[in-house]
Amino acid sequence: MAAYVAGRSAGAARWPTRQDASGSSLIGMDETVVRTDRLTKRYGERLAVDSVSLTVGRGEVYGFLGPNGAGKTTTLRMLLGLVRPTGGRASVLGAAPGSPAALARVGALVEGPGFYPYLSGRDNLRVLCRFRGLGNRAADAALDRVGLGRRGGDRFRSYSLGMKQRLGVAAALLGEPDLLVLDEPTNGLDPAGMADMRRLLVDLAAGGQTVLLSSHLLAEVQEICHRVGVIAGGRLVAQDTVADLRGAGSVLLRAYPLERALAVAVHVAGEDAVEVTDPGLRLDADAAQVPRLVRELVADGVEVLEVRPAERSLEEVFFRMTGPDPAPTTMEVQR
Amino acid sequence: MTALLRSTRAELLRIGRWPALWVLTGTWLTLNVLFVYVFDYVAYLTGDSTGPTSGVPTDELLAGVLPAAVPTSLVQGMPVFGGAILMILGALAAGSGYGWGTWKTTLTQGPGRAAAVGGVLLALAIVVAGVVLGTAVVDLGVSSVLAAVESQPVDLPPAGELAESVGAGLLVLGMWTTAGVLLGTLARSPALAVGLGLVWVLAVENLLRGVSGLLGGLAVLTDHLPGTAAGSLVGALTPGAQGDGGTPGVLTALPGPTALAAVAAYLVAFTAASLLLMRRRDLT
Repeated sequence: MAAYVAGRSAGAARWPTRQDASGSSLIGMDETVVRTDRLTKRYGERLAVDSVSLTVGRGEVYGFLGPNGAGKTTTLRMLLGLVRPTGGRASVLGAAPGSPAALARVGALVEGPGFYPYLSGRDNLRVLCRFRGLGNRAADAALDRVGLGRRGGDRFRSYSLGMKQRLGVAAALLGEPDLLVLDEPTNGLDPAGMADMRRLLVDLAAGGQTVLLSSHLLAEVQEICHRVGVIAGGRLVAQDTVADLRGAGSVLLRAYPLERALAVAVHVAGEDAVEVTDPGLRLDADAAQVPRLVRELVADGVEVLEVRPAERSLEEVFFRMTGPDPAPTTMEVQR
Repeated sequence: MTALLRSTRAELLRIGRWPALWVLTGTWLTLNVLFVYVFDYVAYLTGDSTGPTSGVPTDELLAGVLPAAVPTSLVQGMPVFGGAILMILGALAAGSGYGWGTWKTTLTQGPGRAAAVGGVLLALAIVVAGVVLGTAVVDLGVSSVLAAVESQPVDLPPAGELAESVGAGLLVLGMWTTAGVLLGTLARSPALAVGLGLVWVLAVENLLRGVSGLLGGLAVLTDHLPGTAAGSLVGALTPGAQGDGGTPGVLTALPGPTALAAVAAYLVAFTAASLLLMRRRDLT
């Protein structure tokens, strides 16, 4: 646990902040690395991916979010040419997805590492180096980069889940690709390993490499991704910077009785800006409105228990977008 | 072309270090030495006329283990036993990649589908060549030792006959290997592919030949099945090895040239079908 905390704090200094993320210079939208246009995959009656149009800019860490079975992995497989789309178009680094020209500049880890169990980690990477026309040194460098240098001679089948995952990332790093496509790269890693992985991804982005990352770990995505795309039921339901998705500043209010507090809050912040949440009311309002809010609440005889600035976590936003039971709106509470 | 060469180098590295390769090829060489040399030589020494060598004159038994007989001894076990072993290797090489996820890893390195499958096929072709040439070397070595022990002249077989035999061995084992690759690709699993392939090689073709007389025209079909064609090709080169008391699977169902054409056609067809399947398929 100590390693986890230490890793987080050490890495945090180098991770881009939300303010960084909103800056256009970091996102570099002038050059698009991945672009899909109504990309669709249908398996019989089932629509696995439904008209997904997303863009990933050079140097970005793009988070691809969605519940299990939402279509994340199928989309990534289409971008790598492993699965043929049934509709729409896509380009990766200016070439057709899966074409040798595109894949020569892409490193990928999709749905778990796939290696020869009887070969050592190093030999597995050497096999991949031969496919890419690289020398054996590239394998050693990639092993060192993910902290597997000393275990590189052991057979893959003897690796722990976390080591297998690291080797998968090492394979994706071979040949210094311009684009890394990583599907759940922190699967199976312990907290220290996850912190290491986050640092690695941020370093890669800082070095100009683009990372397209799918993850269930929303706190992780919130910390390291510049932009995210949220997919649910095969459809891209949102694509924005993390900051914009989480929304502007908001205020959390706990007060009693709730109905009267709600009426005052709506009066102060506006009807569409108040939401009933678990701990109390959330107002889309900035800190400057707090004194007026408190004055009016007190004047109305409402007992104010707590007023504090609050930001939505990406997790809250995610569940509102993808969950079967979105949070009730102001109107529903009033009824 | 570069992609194909790179794929072949990569596949050679991983197949060469695969214990399954050495277990299978070791099994084949052991069976070959046991059935061609050890059992016949023991029967010759003891004069015991029971078992598969019953009724074979002792001078014929001795002639069969001498260097001059290598063109026959090299290929007579290939239509069934050697073929089954190489079929297993082909099925494992193509089918295991689905369970291990290595096809996915390979294809995301960017060789292209055709070059990726081509690399497997070329690497296996090199293995087949190694097996056939290795068997020839082992057979020549063992038979020369036996000739020396028995104070017989070490008469090497004519180069032409040996070359014919090596060529037939390459075709027969090559055909079964590509059959294994196709089965592994179709089944997307090594276990199902190996199981189905073995049932076919060891049982189904024999059974079909057994019932071919029941239906008019069925014999034409069964005569041209892969195992029968391979057995006929070897039968054309090894007079005396076929028939009752001969090597199982060595046949005279087809004349030599027809058998040669059929085996080559199967080899091409299995290769083409594997390539076509992999080019079109989604890797999920």
